Amino acid sequence: MFAVVIASAALAGCGDDDNGRATSGEGLSGTLTVFAAASLTDAFGALSDMFEEQHPGVNIEINFAGSSSLAGSILEGAPADVFASADEANMRKVVDAAESPVKPKLFARNLLEIAVPKGNPAEVTGLGNFADPYLLIGLCSEGVPCGNLARQALDKAGVSPALDTNEPDVRALLTKIEAGELDAGIVYRTDVAAAGGAVGGVSIPREHNVVATYWIVGLTSANDAELATAFIDFVVSNAGLEILNKLGFLGP
Amino acid sequence: MTRRDIGSSSNPTAGRPPRFIVVIAAAAAIFVVLPLFGLLWRAPWSDLWSLLGRDVVWDALRLSLITSVSATAASILMGVPLAWVLARTSFPGRSLLRALVLLPMILPPVVGGAALLFALGRRGLVGEWLYDTFGILLPFSTAGAIVAATFVAMPFLVISVEAALRSVDRRYEEAAVTLGASRWTVFRRVTLPMIAPSMAAGAALCWARALGEFGATITFAGNLQGRTQTMPLAVFLALENDRGAAIALSLVLVAISLAVLVALRDRWFATP
Repeated sequence: MFAVVIASAALAGCGDDDNGRATSGEGLSGTLTVFAAASLTDAFGALSDMFEEQHPGVNIEINFAGSSSLAGSILEGAPADVFASADEANMRKVVDAAESPVKPKLFARNLLEIAVPKGNPAEVTGLGNFADPYLLIGLCSEGVPCGNLARQALDKAGVSPALDTNEPDVRALLTKIEAGELDAGIVYRTDVAAAGGAVGGVSIPREHNVVATYWIVGLTSANDAELATAFIDFVVSNAGLEILNKLGFLGP
Repeated sequence: MTRRDIGSSSNPTAGRPPRFIVVIAAAAAIFVVLPLFGLLWRAPWSDLWSLLGRDVVWDALRLSLITSVSATAASILMGVPLAWVLARTSFPGRSLLRALVLLPMILPPVVGGAALLFALGRRGLVGEWLYDTFGILLPFSTAGAIVAATFVAMPFLVISVEAALRSVDRRYEEAAVTLGASRWTVFRRVTLPMIAPSMAAGAALCWARALGEFGATITFAGNLQGRTQTMPLAVFLALENDRGAAIALSLVLVAISLAVLVALRDRWFATP
């Protein structure tokens, strides 16, 4: 009943070459269902496009949501082949339910940044503003990686936020900031970059910032373990990293 | 033999439906009831009382009652006149207006919430004026949660009341007018009592829809315990990190809904 994690590395009878093409990848086909953290929306869109281009028979379907919600669905038996989490805690929940002990792969890191509406109308300068009861402040909900990390950063800065909303995932939070309905929120650096000019960013100093880690694993519920492994190998390859770097993610 | 006997239940085969209909009906009933058993099956019975004693549960329950009752009251205040205009007057564009008024019934609630945000948010079409002129800020407030619930629930009241207004016998109203009653008196003393049962049924549906409202609320009003986090929002967020609490909250919602259905059974949902 619980999804079981496969030893993606062990099962990979072949590595990936430097171009990121899984050497066993010739002739791969079928549909791969990937459950990925909401903050990976653009990255996994690009990664799956490139993977599909390299393997014309492959169709990748991605379900983006908060990592905790995805982990919950997987534990309830949702038919996912690959799980990409924006933190270790939710990855551990899935891995711990597995029969065979296996290490998921760390494939990217990210930093937090304060997002403000275009032009920063409330003149937010740092985490200190989050205690201002007159500002409209949003965070991701507790349990969601961006919510947990944001609270860690605020703790480090000694700020108790005057919160107005706990959003279910980072994209929902970003939408409200982009609409100008919130004065500030804490999101990932990559989200501010992905929004183009639609939101502004205020950086969080290194001593208060928290590093988000992104993990990926194949699940035994996978219809095609070879396909799942090939996709994971592609994500952790140099070509995959190049795409991730371009979108503002840091290497593992 | 009287005419009355023909086809009545005294004929033993007449009331017996075809077997395949019974099979499908049984499957349909199981389909509806099964998820409820899923909930009961996973319920953390031993921790239930301590889970239900938490602040988050009581805050959500209190907010749910406040928002759903307020939304129903607002729907009656605005919806009855609207239904009257739709049923009793004739003007160009009436059918279009009617379609637009009923749109929230079929619109995905998240779309409704986003639309509310763009209309009544701080940078919204009307919201910016409300904020700059009166300092009224609906998103992230309890008032905003009530607005969201009213938006999705009011059509259920309007559609019930409009149907009732179309079906009542107009002669009572005409008689009252010939006896010298003013139009307001006729509405208050003749029309309203005649449509009261439909209005009550519409209000019950409206309240139930408001109680279950999720998408428009989280999109427009956000989610903050004690301010905008109603029961469905609390369930959704608890599902992510505290499944036991989520199920406990769900059981409370099921219990309230069942209690209301049972209480209203005889009065508004006639069963033979």
